[in-house]
Amino acid sequence: MAKVPVQFTLNGSEKAEFIDSGTTLLNALRDKIGDTSPKGGCHQGTCGACSVIIDGELRLSCLTLAETCDGAAITTTLGLAEGGVMHPLQRAFLDTFATQCGFCTPGMIMAAKVLLDHTPNPSRDEVIEALSGNICRCTGYEPIIQAVLRAARANSQNAA
Amino acid sequence: MALALHTFATVKDANAALKAAGTRYLGGGTLVIRAANEGDVSVSGLIRSIDPALSAIAIAGGKVSIGASVTMAAIARHPELGILAKAARAVGGPAVRNMATVGGNLFAPAPYGDFAVALLALDAMVGTDDGELPIETFLAGRDGSRAIVTSVSFTPPKADGFRFLKVSRVKPKGVSVLSIAAVLGQAADGTVSSARIALGCMADRPMRAKTAEKALLGRSLTKDGIAPALAAAGEGTSPITDPIATAWYRNEVLPVHLGRLLLS
Repeated sequence: MAKVPVQFTLNGSEKAEFIDSGTTLLNALRDKIGDTSPKGGCHQGTCGACSVIIDGELRLSCLTLAETCDGAAITTTLGLAEGGVMHPLQRAFLDTFATQCGFCTPGMIMAAKVLLDHTPNPSRDEVIEALSGNICRCTGYEPIIQAVLRAARANSQNAA
Repeated sequence: MALALHTFATVKDANAALKAAGTRYLGGGTLVIRAANEGDVSVSGLIRSIDPALSAIAIAGGKVSIGASVTMAAIARHPELGILAKAARAVGGPAVRNMATVGGNLFAPAPYGDFAVALLALDAMVGTDDGELPIETFLAGRDGSRAIVTSVSFTPPKADGFRFLKVSRVKPKGVSVLSIAAVLGQAADGTVSSARIALGCMADRPMRAKTAEKALLGRSLTKDGIAPALAAAGEGTSPITDPIATAWYRNEVLPVHLGRLLLS
């Protein structure tokens, strides 16, 4: 299998790799680059555990070929903390016990980040809609919804 | 085995490449890559075109033309495609809607393909490099289709003339039990002058409820007026059975939901 070059920005850092043509972004991130924050759950686009942000849009890395991301800016949960300080969403997930096994958490946080980037003060219904493509089998969703609302409140207090 | 992706600037070149055995066209990836991940080894090469025309939305002269690569999210947020927003939002969650394309939805097997149900009710034309086909003809022959879909186009009805309903067990996002789209024309006295009703999940692909359409003509949109149409709603259907619902269940609830849509 011929290798193809791919270059993109991952969490603000330039990455350049040679990958097998047809490699999913999920596999490229996890196996080639070493960012294991996106999880491979269903590989069918159903569970949302592999969610990443590509050029500002939430995407499923398990259904995205890495070579279609050439030149893109990719954000994963691994890149959210700055200087050892957790992102408000990460902090809120811990504070509200919104993570149990943790497998869905990176995807949930990516979906929530896109929401808060566009809608800083979302309603509860908007949070539910934003998380509707992400499945959690542990928490029953309520702590996750509360975490996103809490992060939104924290953001607005910081901005005030 | 990994798949080889081949990218072409023009649809013409991509069409030529798609003639090779073992190739499939890659749109948003929500069908093709999913199949590959599930172990479909019949595909060895993926073909795509990055022709900008595939991502264009044109609204002019009373006609809407949507490029095949336009995503559900782009339709849902387009200020002039409000009538389609509900159908576009019915597809998947936010991430899927950022990826899933209009062209891909035409090939989505039941229980997917809710957007194609809306397009079928709208009597859309499906464009390829070889010309345009009525969507009904296209859907009937889609399994053998090798030409890349470039666009769908339709004449939008009046805003209150188009209705869409997706029924799922999980809110706000769930796989369809069934979906229904209807384009209704009404005479001055309120009776139905024209009806086009499309059903999703009631066969292996979107289908028309033609007997119900005929039964609506000349009738008023009241409980009694629509009763003959509801009685005929299941005629010709062959619903799928899947983990969401049995074929029996889908047939049982179809008249209920069609009634709600018509009376809404």
